[in-house]
Amino acid sequence: MTTTPLHLAVALDGAGWHPAAWRATGARPADLFTPGYWADLVAEAERGLLDLVTLEDFLGPQSAAFHRPDDRTDQVRGSLDAVLLAARLAPLTRHIGLVPTANVTHTEPFHLSLAVATLDFAATGRAGWRPQIASRAADAAHFGRRTTPQLTDEEARDPERIAARLRPLFDEAADVVEVVRRLWDSWEDDAEIRDAATGRFIDRDRIHHIDFEGPHFSVRGPSITPRPPQGQPVVASLAHASVPYEFAARASDVVFVTPRDLAGTAAVLAEVDAAAKTVGRDREDRPLLVLADLLVLLDDVPGEAARRLARLDELAGAPLASDAEIFAGTPDELADLLLDRHAAGLDGFRLRPAVLPHDLTAVTRGLVPALRRRSAFRGAYTASTLRGHLGLARPESRYARKR
Amino acid sequence: MSTPARKHRKQVHLAVQLPAIHNVTVWSDPRSRSQIAFESFAALARTAERGLFDFFFLAEGLRLREHKGELYEYDVAGRPENLTVLAALAAVTDRLGLAATVNATFNEPYDVARRIASLDHLSGGRAAWNVVTSFDAFTGENFRRGGFLAEADRYTRAAEFLDVTRRLWDSWADDDVRPDPARGHFVRADAGRFAHTGPHFDVSGRFTTPRPPQGHPVVIQAGESDAGREFAAADADVIFSKHNRLDVARAFYADVKRRLAAYGRTHDELKILPTATAVVADTDAEAAAYADEITRAQVGPETAIAHLEAVWGRDLSAYDPDGPLPDVDPDPDALVLRGHSIFRTGRAETARRWRALAEERDLSIRELVIEVHGGQNFVGSPRTVADALDHFVQTDGADGFILVPHLTPHGLDDFVDRVVPLLQEKGVFRTAYTGTTLRDHLGLGPAPTRRQEGAAS
Repeated sequence: MTTTPLHLAVALDGAGWHPAAWRATGARPADLFTPGYWADLVAEAERGLLDLVTLEDFLGPQSAAFHRPDDRTDQVRGSLDAVLLAARLAPLTRHIGLVPTANVTHTEPFHLSLAVATLDFAATGRAGWRPQIASRAADAAHFGRRTTPQLTDEEARDPERIAARLRPLFDEAADVVEVVRRLWDSWEDDAEIRDAATGRFIDRDRIHHIDFEGPHFSVRGPSITPRPPQGQPVVASLAHASVPYEFAARASDVVFVTPRDLAGTAAVLAEVDAAAKTVGRDREDRPLLVLADLLVLLDDVPGEAARRLARLDELAGAPLASDAEIFAGTPDELADLLLDRHAAGLDGFRLRPAVLPHDLTAVTRGLVPALRRRSAFRGAYTASTLRGHLGLARPESRYARKR
Repeated sequence: MSTPARKHRKQVHLAVQLPAIHNVTVWSDPRSRSQIAFESFAALARTAERGLFDFFFLAEGLRLREHKGELYEYDVAGRPENLTVLAALAAVTDRLGLAATVNATFNEPYDVARRIASLDHLSGGRAAWNVVTSFDAFTGENFRRGGFLAEADRYTRAAEFLDVTRRLWDSWADDDVRPDPARGHFVRADAGRFAHTGPHFDVSGRFTTPRPPQGHPVVIQAGESDAGREFAAADADVIFSKHNRLDVARAFYADVKRRLAAYGRTHDELKILPTATAVVADTDAEAAAYADEITRAQVGPETAIAHLEAVWGRDLSAYDPDGPLPDVDPDPDALVLRGHSIFRTGRAETARRWRALAEERDLSIRELVIEVHGGQNFVGSPRTVADALDHFVQTDGADGFILVPHLTPHGLDDFVDRVVPLLQEKGVFRTAYTGTTLRDHLGLGPAPTRRQEGAAS
């Protein structure tokens, strides 16, 4: 077994990741748009000492299809802005990282930077952000400012074809992250001087224009928000293909990947390594953590999780399909599987509970103790920031280094 | 709520702004704490809620100010993204309204509608949006489109923006989410569908966020110019006014309230709240001395020169702030202060007025700037301040006030502890929250009936 720490995240989304989750026993479908529902979930995740939770977001109603909206009424539709949801949860938690998704195709890099920095202040150093491109052309009409490619049904089935078609959006997304990161650095940590003798509140030599100029937009800066507690909040992205691997290698601190088995794990890790080499990233200097996504159904009784999945599939009218590997079993079985994959080189896992709160509670009260019994997971939080949980140092502002 | 037949005293509405900008904040005071740490926001919000205030207000500035080509150093600077910090404050308060200034120029309706609706859900119906516009290319340099909007189009864009936003809030009915697990029905078909085509926006599709608890979150507007007043009379729930001198305030109040009828709105459907400062001490004399001290701290020697430079359009750093005004004439075309709305227009006239005032009263530069700064608005013992606030409201100068404390975050403590009880004693301020939403606090009644989509404009 490796001795590197294992990182564990949970992805929170609606009633859970199974389309029929909202119809399961214990689900709270009427509460999905209330803060109390999310507060209960994130408190449970924090009791399990998890590194972070991610919060999904959508610029259009959810859809069973990847690339276009649908008109279904039998699944959860509707969402709250994930950054604001994370902020609402920040004062209610003390340790756990909060990583909302936010779109980068139809939004302003300047506003995104302020919002995530503000989340980091509210969470005293526990903020992250998952930049997401708009992969549905229909979303563009919500803004009426531009168009984005409409994927065909054929293309939507193949991650490589999706990524190739949307490559310009990924390139633009990398520019967005670059702008956001420069803005976070634009105030050096000691820019606020409060020097009564000279009447100066700030030292302008320690606050910098960022002067970003790219093909899609230019941003002058500096930020209006001082440097956030972590300096650089954590950037995490989800990747299934070479283009998004490269995006992650350029822009992210954490990449979520979707191998289907042990062999797939090795292949994905090799692809991430190759992407890092392609973009010239020095992973000693700038670590890139790789977490594998699994959609999980967990029950202590052997066979029960599979039976539960079958019942859910029956309600949904179709077998569960996911971009990630689906695991239905006992917490102990999952613990063994995760440790095998961890030994293969993954830094950790992002688990997508099929049903909330059932499969979240099974993670925190079943899986985590199982990992602990194998001495493979923390018994208490040892850091106070998300970067700290992930073993990432707090970087100095790039502008401070230059001065 | 209001029974016109019965003679009754108007109720005072109170809000507080975390200043964090301009020279109102006396950051040099040893009691002054962080303007950006969340605990400062939380402390002030809790105090406001303890004082049963209507709402907590945040202003906005999307570009750091520059003066003579460099970042302006003398004022407190560094502020949060408004909606994000208000969403966090929703977790540490239960009743207090949460009002964000959000620019209608450098945002799009779908995103703003969604974020404000989200704040309304996350706060159980306490969200408000202060609609402001911007046109300047200086601020635009931080955004995708740059300075794309002509000054003349500010209000037409804002009005259409607001219309689209409300259309999006209306795109879900209150009962569109009715999960029925047995039947497998989660949501109404077509929930969120919208379409709008206008001069500024051509948008359509499906909105993602269910109808906010307030239906329509509260809309605040500054309503200063004629076009702004008309916009506010037509569309706003609250006016954030700068008129805190009673004579001017009464004229403004009468003018704006008079415009409501043309839009089929009653007198009570638009609340007018000027920003104001209040300085309280044991006696009137002590309060007056404290107010002078605050004003002098707000207008330090560097600030005095900088304000003069902003009006004169010239570098005046060689002048003594305690000496007379410079002999040189202002340069009416030069703009040395950017990212700030004051002194942007009419500077030649301002300079003439300042020079005349300084000569007439034999004022130094700093004395002049202190004089024109206006000092503190409500100064005195708790009784004096309570009486003056009440008088201002009862004589139709305002419906209440947005207080701007000079200290972060404890600058509201004295007011809440000493003035609020006197207002309650007079029967003009609530002794407990009687509703749960900001619309309740402001006595606005329920939001207008939902407009069905299909009647697209």
